Amino acid sequence: MENFSAIEGVVALLILSGASFALIGSIGLIRLPDFYMRLHGPAKATTLGVGGVLLASMLFFSTRGDGISLHELLVTLFLFITAPVSAHIVAKAALHIKLPYIERTRGKPWQ
Amino acid sequence: MNRSTPTQPADKRHLQAARSARRWLPHPALSAFMWVLWLLMVNEFSAGHIVLGAILAWLIPFLTHSFWPEATTLRKPLLATRFVLLVLWDIVVANVILALRVLGPMKKLQPAFMTLPLDIKEDFTITLLASTISLTPGTVSADLSADRSALLIHVLHVDDIDASVTELKQRYETPLKEIFECS
Repeated sequence: MENFSAIEGVVALLILSGASFALIGSIGLIRLPDFYMRLHGPAKATTLGVGGVLLASMLFFSTRGDGISLHELLVTLFLFITAPVSAHIVAKAALHIKLPYIERTRGKPWQ
Repeated sequence: MNRSTPTQPADKRHLQAARSARRWLPHPALSAFMWVLWLLMVNEFSAGHIVLGAILAWLIPFLTHSFWPEATTLRKPLLATRFVLLVLWDIVVANVILALRVLGPMKKLQPAFMTLPLDIKEDFTITLLASTISLTPGTVSADLSADRSALLIHVLHVDDIDASVTELKQRYETPLKEIFECS
């Protein structure tokens, strides 16, 4: 029984930290000043935010006695493959239509 | 000198065996990956699924192997494991830093576009490097130059552009080059 509640505590901690990283990613969407900087929020919130929630899910379902549950690893894997690719395509499209960036940005994109 | 005569036919047989193994199992790494993928997806380790997964993992690469690009060989699996762990750790650390930056004052942020000259040449390795750079917070790879010699990276906050580029190269490109491309 004691063991069970300790695990629940860890699960709750993981869900909460994952959710706060996702929330901070969304706050970044509102606060950051230009498109390219805003891109950083969603591209990254997925990695640690969803990662935390998935770890919690893995831990929770593995300790309920129905055998270990590992298919959450697949979600992480597919996310790690797709998130950078979509961020790259969105950034490339933004560069293509020459979206403005704030003045203090150093360096210039080529083209 | 004495030994070379008897080993030659054995060598040939060995080569032939390797070639026919290649025909019947064109992508062993892909097959192993698909097998694990199937078992994870059904989330069940029963004998039936192990056999079914093995059949699928062999059949699908075998039927579709003309679509697959030339397989890149993993030269140093140990170093690859270390690289994956390093990236995972970097994601955690840099996420915390990024969270603080997002919540902190906006005026202090120094965004920049920087150009990372590439030493690696193969498409697959470049894709891996670009993805790694995008996954580790603070940097997004935005474009690849037409001649594949440089990556354009947008950084959320950077003090010294040159130092940052050098660090990215050392931290991610050097191990990737060692793992996949013979240097």
